[in-house]
Amino acid sequence: MRGSAFLRAFRLGISSLLLHKLRSFLTTLGVLFGVASVIAMLAVGEGASAEAQDQIRRLGSRNVILRSVEPPQTGDENAEMRVLSYGLTRDDFDRIEATFPAVGRAVPVLQTPAEVRQGEDVCRPRVLCTPWTYQDVTRRDLFAGRFLTEIDEETRALVCVLGYEVARFLFPFESSIGQRVKVGEHYLEVVGVLGSRLPTGSIATDPSSEAGGEVFLPLSTGRAFFGERQTEIRSGSMDVQEVQLHEIIVEAERDIDVELVAAACREMLRREHDDKDYEVIVPLELLARAAETKRIFNIVLGSIAGISLLVGGIGIMNVMLATVTERTREIGIRRALGAKRKHIVTQFLVETMVLSGAGGLLGVGIGLLIPWIVERTAQLETIVTPAAPILALGISVLVGVVFGLYPAWRAATMDPVEALRHE
Amino acid sequence: MTELGSQSAADRPAVPAEREPVAVLEGITREYRMGDEIVRALDSFSFSFAKGDYWSIMGSSGSGKSTLLNILGCIDRPSDGSYRIRGRDVVTMDDDALSTFRGKELGFVFQSYNLIPQLDVIENILVPVMYQEVVPEGIEERAQALAERVGLGGRLHHRPMQLSGGQQQRVAIARSLINDPALILADEATGNLDSKTASEILELFDELHAEGKTILLVTHEPDVGERSEKVLQLKDGNIESVYDNRSGAAS
Repeated sequence: MRGSAFLRAFRLGISSLLLHKLRSFLTTLGVLFGVASVIAMLAVGEGASAEAQDQIRRLGSRNVILRSVEPPQTGDENAEMRVLSYGLTRDDFDRIEATFPAVGRAVPVLQTPAEVRQGEDVCRPRVLCTPWTYQDVTRRDLFAGRFLTEIDEETRALVCVLGYEVARFLFPFESSIGQRVKVGEHYLEVVGVLGSRLPTGSIATDPSSEAGGEVFLPLSTGRAFFGERQTEIRSGSMDVQEVQLHEIIVEAERDIDVELVAAACREMLRREHDDKDYEVIVPLELLARAAETKRIFNIVLGSIAGISLLVGGIGIMNVMLATVTERTREIGIRRALGAKRKHIVTQFLVETMVLSGAGGLLGVGIGLLIPWIVERTAQLETIVTPAAPILALGISVLVGVVFGLYPAWRAATMDPVEALRHE
Repeated sequence: MTELGSQSAADRPAVPAEREPVAVLEGITREYRMGDEIVRALDSFSFSFAKGDYWSIMGSSGSGKSTLLNILGCIDRPSDGSYRIRGRDVVTMDDDALSTFRGKELGFVFQSYNLIPQLDVIENILVPVMYQEVVPEGIEERAQALAERVGLGGRLHHRPMQLSGGQQQRVAIARSLINDPALILADEATGNLDSKTASEILELFDELHAEGKTILLVTHEPDVGERSEKVLQLKDGNIESVYDNRSGAAS
């Protein structure tokens, strides 16, 4: 019988709480919502951060991406036709490839605003002129056929590789391999399809969209056909830009060289360019920044969780203090019948823990339900780490102990004579 | 035991020498502070209750009978004096030891029954056992036997709310007997009951007395006092008179 003392206290706690079902339930709400929000927010945050990190990693953690950026407009806004010349140059590329230490491969990318058509279907994907190394450096998966080759580059072959979304748009019912498409004014043979860059299950399939629509052709072919002037007709006026290279993807030889390469690129570009007509993207740095963002997010989350559990705990303490007052007589009876102070402390502490523990359990249930609903309704990825419910439940019981101690102590230190006289 | 008997024999009024003393109070004083005033509820009270005695403790309000009951029940401590139950000094015990001692050696029967609402009959009877460090073998059977003894054999799993006042008081009496205590203390045990039920409860006390239990009954009702063996009349914190109902002799 003695061995089951805790069990008996537990059972007694439950039956005491069941005497006031509504009150007990309302009391647990604070902890319930605290715990549920912790788990739900953690799951959503974890999911978002995992997705962000995944996207960054897709850029290649060993790469440094240099990109041409149109500098802020100056002067002759009204000119009907203007040639805006800016961005990365072939010289930049040569310097990087020839002189930089620790650089593995460097891939130049020229982009042209050509339309891509097949029969009646027209789309405007990003048309990227780039050598054969592109796929390897960016770690893109091949969906079908082959990617561009060194021979394509040398022979200015009339071939292209479609992005998955473009292929699906232009050839929805058949294989695109061996088919011809018109890029700008030129017919090219499709030799391969690259896998989608978007996470699987994603719904964005617009072939014109930044991430989805891509067509690749050999750099030499692209230069010969389109040159380095990109002409776009926008609402009647011609917009001519001259950009030698739109992107240079620089791959560091080893992971630890990424920062070195990034620093060298930045320094070189700063020296060679008068305007800030470029940007340097380092996925590794983005990754670090994403981790930092996640850390801050976790701190914010932790504070919110802490506050809500604190509020829940105060609610429980408040009710327990009222309960102790209400049950003063019972405490007196128990003391008269042989209960030591520690027995009374245990009784009320167990009762508080049952309250907060029940709140915690319900909170875990709801907290697990919310990510499930979010995933289905908002198309957001959520990740529930196993530690989250365990931690939340543990904290809720701890809240019970901390906020139960004072009411329990009040109960235990009552004078039995006074307690018995209490009406 | 004999040494103790001979030592305190001179201080014991109205107790035959052949009977073993169960509760011995010597020079008990209890003072309360009421604002600036000090109220003396008990003033050098000395008495000895022998085994098998059935006493009524009577007196008007303010006579100190509640204070005496609290001290007898070890839920209050005297300001001065010594108090022994079965030879053990209870005044010097610490709170934990005294709590265990209360549960073991004292049985309480209150005016308002004081059962615990969330427990059923059998669990209520077992409450004093729950807090004991050593639980005797077969205590649950004993609790059941006691419930039957007080006439509640058919209601073992009823909650107090489902019982009448008289039935609740029977549960309380069974509870007071579970640890076979040295003293049974009843505080206005029939005060909330109608005369018929009160009479039944008093019959139960008579039976317990016949079995040799030591019963101290605090009451202000003369009818109840007459049912007991002896009456201890208090006034202003001390003994006014002692009366034996059987012989009709006052001392």
